[in-house]
Amino acid sequence: MSKQIFFDSKNDVAFKPKRFLGKTLIYLILIFWAIICLFPIYWTVTTTFKTAPDVMKGNLVPWWDFRPKWLGLKSLGLSPDRIFVESTVREEFLKRFYNSMIAAVGSSTLAVLLGSCTAYGLSRFKYRFGFMRNSDISFFFLSQLILPPVVLALPFLVLYKELALLDTRVGLIALYTLTVLPIVIWIMRDQFSSIPTELEEAALVDGLSIWGAFLTIIMPIALPGMVAAFIISLVLTWNEYFFAALLTSSHAKTLPVMVASQTGSQGISWWSMAALSLAAILPLIIIAVILERYIIKGMAAGAVK
Amino acid sequence: MSSTDADYLHIVTQDKISDRRRDLGRLMIWGSATILLVLIVIQSLDQFSTFEFGFTTWRPTLYAYFFWATCLCWAQVILYGEQGRRRLFILPAVLFVISMVIFPLIFALGIAFSSWNLSSPDGRQFNGFDNAIEMWSDPFYWNALKNMVWYILAIIPEYIIAFCLAVLLNSQIKARKFFRVAFLMPLMLSPVAVSWMIGKSMLEIRFGPISRLVRTLGWDNPSFFGSDEIARFMIMVMDAWTFIPFMMIMILAGLQAIPKELHEAAEVDGAPPWKKFWEITFPLMLPVSITAILIRIIFKLKLADIIINVTSGGPGGATDSVTSFIYREYRDRSNVGYGTFLAIVYLILIVIFMTFLIKMAERWSRPRY
Repeated sequence: MSKQIFFDSKNDVAFKPKRFLGKTLIYLILIFWAIICLFPIYWTVTTTFKTAPDVMKGNLVPWWDFRPKWLGLKSLGLSPDRIFVESTVREEFLKRFYNSMIAAVGSSTLAVLLGSCTAYGLSRFKYRFGFMRNSDISFFFLSQLILPPVVLALPFLVLYKELALLDTRVGLIALYTLTVLPIVIWIMRDQFSSIPTELEEAALVDGLSIWGAFLTIIMPIALPGMVAAFIISLVLTWNEYFFAALLTSSHAKTLPVMVASQTGSQGISWWSMAALSLAAILPLIIIAVILERYIIKGMAAGAVK
Repeated sequence: MSSTDADYLHIVTQDKISDRRRDLGRLMIWGSATILLVLIVIQSLDQFSTFEFGFTTWRPTLYAYFFWATCLCWAQVILYGEQGRRRLFILPAVLFVISMVIFPLIFALGIAFSSWNLSSPDGRQFNGFDNAIEMWSDPFYWNALKNMVWYILAIIPEYIIAFCLAVLLNSQIKARKFFRVAFLMPLMLSPVAVSWMIGKSMLEIRFGPISRLVRTLGWDNPSFFGSDEIARFMIMVMDAWTFIPFMMIMILAGLQAIPKELHEAAEVDGAPPWKKFWEITFPLMLPVSITAILIRIIFKLKLADIIINVTSGGPGGATDSVTSFIYREYRDRSNVGYGTFLAIVYLILIVIFMTFLIKMAERWSRPRY
């Protein structure tokens, strides 16, 4: 029989349960917060498939509490039995969805193109426009972030009316580009300043022009930053409501405006509102799950110097 | 942001720009500018119906402006060669922002000092400082400004929660990616959808799940938007729910940038965890925290979507933010002149406030040794 020679010291034995308790507490808090974050989304998804009695009884778990029905998607003309039938609601919905997509993708693309050129220029060359130096020009662009949309909304309303741009997607794209441009410049400036200038110097020695070096050497390296900037712009422009509510009416109305206009009129038919809200949030949820890395990268830009 | 000369690219180029080329460049700029000016004059004459040219919109002027802008950019290369090519990097964005911001702002000043109700047939009339006098005695605007102060103060608890979550996420845990994605979710959702999902359905008094929960906890007749304080608090909670992930991620990035050696050194010295947090983590996180809070304040100042869609300012203006108030001033009363004046006043207040904050932030985040 062998006798145990080595014993854990008393401190270590006491340490273990304490550590275990701490871990459990951390996980409990994290799970609690995850529920807070995810429950509204879960609620919206399940409500899409609930009938009125299910809503009133407060049933939560599908197949256990209630039988899912295609009600919500039916109200948008997207349920399996309606999808091949002519439907005005679906037409309307798809048009709004398409408008939102065009406005968001168009303005994000434009903002990323303009913003990365600007950020590159500001990080590589010295400029002088009158009294303005590089840091002043940077500040000029970033200060646009402070400008509240409400200041621009009414002048643009009148201006767009004169230019026949009211209720057009082009007008919306121009305005959205303006609102996200400072954020793109903020992210891209951070990105470019982490790329060493020796790269361009080598390219220039090899005979490329400065634009050639920018397009063929620097852009591919800065691509992750551009993706991050693009996605964050996409999030902001897809969700934008204020300008769209004021500047569009019938033709270029976007999805958030449609959601807002239906909020009051639905009564207890929650399933149709839930379906509409779900359609408004689903694209970005998918993007967030797949491209979470880039979103975090974009938001962390400038946080760490 | 002190950048030394070493950060910049240094290129020596030789550009021989002939006189003819220079003339061509100047011709492009001034030629297109002349076209633009002529069109503006013609269209203004048309507008004030001195002559009839049959224009219905100002589109031609817009196209002429585009033409001028293109010529201006192109002429930079022709006139200055390599230097011009460098200017081409920032010139389009500068032109874009100036035409989209400065010009409308000047326009807004014009509107702000006039009485202009879109629904009345009189059209626009200059009325000097009447709008200012009206604003002075408008209790709802002052109320909205007061609410903004409350909304901005709500950032402090948001920041504390975000900081705690970031610290937890930064500790040694499993499934970190799942938690990160889950915590990020609220930020992705459109405020309009959130105002239905939470404000209109989950907080619905009879059937909403939160109302049920609250009822089982003992509040018999929950009313979330009945009294002033509770309604304002609910708006704050919804806004916080969407924006806590934003601060959390910035702080998390900052936490991950702190070198591990510092914590190890503190551990060797026998510092208790609480002290480690206050003496190492928190001071090192100060610059990041200040950036996050500043950006959060900027976003908070634009707060409107949720208020417009959930309470539309009610009960009795208790939840109004300035933006939502001006929005209704326009939507319900078509009062463009007065609304614009309020917006301009708000802008001036914001600029003063933000300048003050940034100056203070610079002072605080400067290391003191």
